[in-house]
Amino acid sequence: MNVIETTQLVKTYTTGSTEVHALKGIDLAVEKGEFIAIMGTSGSGKSTLMNLLGCLDTPTSGSYLIDGVRVDGMDRNALAALRNEKIGFVFQGFNLLPRTSALENVELPMLYDRSGRKRDTQALATAALQRVGLGERLDHQPSELSGGQQQRVAIARALVTEPAIILADEPTGNLDTQTSVEVMALFQELNEQGITIVLVTHEPDIAVYAKRIVEVRDGRIRRDEPVKSRRSAAYDLEHFEEREVA
Amino acid sequence: MKSKTLVKLATQSILKNKMRAALTMLGIIIGVAAVVVMVAVGYGARTRIRAQINNLGTNMIVITPGAAQAAGVSQGAQAFPNLSLKDVDKIRAEAQTVSAVSPVIVSRTAVIGPSGNWRTQINGVDTDFQTIRDWQTSSGDFFTADDVRSIHKVVLLGNTVAQNLFPGQDPVGSEIQIRNSVYKVVGVLAAKGQTASGSDSDDVVLMPYTTASDTLSGRAFIPQILASTANEQDIPAAQEEIRTLLRESHKVSDGNDDFTVKNQADLASAAESSTQVMTLLLAAIASISLLVGGIGIMNIMLVSVTERTREIGIRMAIGARGSDVLTQFLVESIVMGILGGVVGLLFGYTGAKVLGHFTGWETVISPIIMLIAVGFSGAVGVFFGYYPARKAAALNPIQALRYE
Ligand SMILES: Nc1ncnc2c1ncn2[C@@H]1O[C@H](COP(=O)(O)OP(=O)(O)O)[C@@H](O)[C@H]1O
Ligand SMILES: [Mg+2]
Repeated sequence: MNVIETTQLVKTYTTGSTEVHALKGIDLAVEKGEFIAIMGTSGSGKSTLMNLLGCLDTPTSGSYLIDGVRVDGMDRNALAALRNEKIGFVFQGFNLLPRTSALENVELPMLYDRSGRKRDTQALATAALQRVGLGERLDHQPSELSGGQQQRVAIARALVTEPAIILADEPTGNLDTQTSVEVMALFQELNEQGITIVLVTHEPDIAVYAKRIVEVRDGRIRRDEPVKSRRSAAYDLEHFEEREVA
Repeated sequence: MKSKTLVKLATQSILKNKMRAALTMLGIIIGVAAVVVMVAVGYGARTRIRAQINNLGTNMIVITPGAAQAAGVSQGAQAFPNLSLKDVDKIRAEAQTVSAVSPVIVSRTAVIGPSGNWRTQINGVDTDFQTIRDWQTSSGDFFTADDVRSIHKVVLLGNTVAQNLFPGQDPVGSEIQIRNSVYKVVGVLAAKGQTASGSDSDDVVLMPYTTASDTLSGRAFIPQILASTANEQDIPAAQEEIRTLLRESHKVSDGNDDFTVKNQADLASAAESSTQVMTLLLAAIASISLLVGGIGIMNIMLVSVTERTREIGIRMAIGARGSDVLTQFLVESIVMGILGGVVGLLFGYTGAKVLGHFTGWETVISPIIMLIAVGFSGAVGVFFGYYPARKAAALNPIQALRYE
């Protein structure tokens, strides 16, 4: 079963009398364990697609199944529950709650869990932070963390509910090169552990860490192929200094 | 979300903006403090008035000349010289439910004792007066029916008069002088304290009404007749009987009464109506204050929702429903309201105690009032927090996330 399956997904924004056809029919299937980079120029429709995949928005037409659940036509509350259960978000701007500790930020999605199961949210959040290498920073607030560390907290928050998929919209957009590679190393490590990841980037240097590249242009998929010479971010980190010198 | 988590969240959010929260709550604090002081003083005043009215005697009925006006303003007694001793005798003889009746002939004059003068009120009354007013003597005895019949020059001194004319002595058996006559003191009345209108009920001298009309007033009319019944249930019947009898002897028809018959409850409500005006005034101030406080909460919550648009977006993206966001903000305004209520309660409590200390007013603060005050401020939080909370809940997650 595919984690994501869209059929002729269309999104048209109507502002006043003008219509913007942001997505003109997207057919995309993502299997479990995949690591996809969505690429495209600015305005090509990447964020619109991510919003639909992330159940933050509903398509104008077409169908969308996530983890076997049909999403199109769901109401606001059902979408919220679906996001909570099946999706982990990582944003370009980190989007952590300010003046709130890393631990509490990571606990947050579990507070909105409606399944009624009893969980030790603190222990799970601690484990997630340890998984992203921030076991020592539980009580730090976002303002006390570097950009890379903040993005790790955000990744821990996305992980903690064990979602079907992690969606990352330009996760390295606000980070310097080395930190970007560090974050990609973390994504690769998580992907090795079986987590499905879809990320949006316009940097080819970042896309090469994924397994498959989907290129969107003008609201349509123009290219969809495996990464030919896939790179290991961990390896690049080790040789980072040499590369900088060279 | 669990309610514990919600309250924790709300408290954290309030603590992150202490100064702002404190200023926001000020309106509620002042409002609740005003309510508490108002109720404490009002309730205290009412208790005091009740006690004083009961102090007048049990099952008492007061008959005064002149018709009661619709607004409750009665004409001066002198304007209607139409109650007479004949009326007293008629009530005593014919009113079945009346068990005691006494005229009260009032004059003010100086009383001369062995060690000085004292200006006071002289009441000429019958022996029934003691029963009606339920007034014991602390020394000596009340004058007798024989004293009344034989117009004896005997007096009872109120406690204040006794203390001023005979400091440190028992006046019983001594003599005092009023105008040019000498009177024998037969007893001293037990202290009763203040009247409902604030005057000293012990600043009085009692003598037989026959003596009073003979030697002091020389006038035939009576400013007041007091009566009482054996049982409380008889009061309405007794009032009706008295009215019928007086209409008969005054030859007036129903609705044209030239006299007024009141019982203790009437007196109490008349006395209380004056405190009610003050209570209403304070209640108005309090409710305006609470309203302003509520608007303050609404204002700050609206600002807060705008400031935290991104936070709302984040919460929604990771699975918060509209209702979760609504509850979060609503709980925040409720906590602010209740916190303001509790602080206001503390201020009000202290204020009432301090006021009571300096004015001597009795203040009563009941636990129910505390509950109502805090509950009401919580309700203000709900009412004025709902609109901003609903605004937060209606945000679109994508736009909220993009908000800078
Ligand atoms: N909320 C919106 N209302 C109207 N037009 C929009 C909205 N969001 C995006 N668009 C338009 O849709 C197209 C695709 O935008 P977007 O998905 O943000 O592209 P990308 O993320 O690839 O830069 C653009 O032309 C953009 O102007
Ligand atoms: Mg974009």
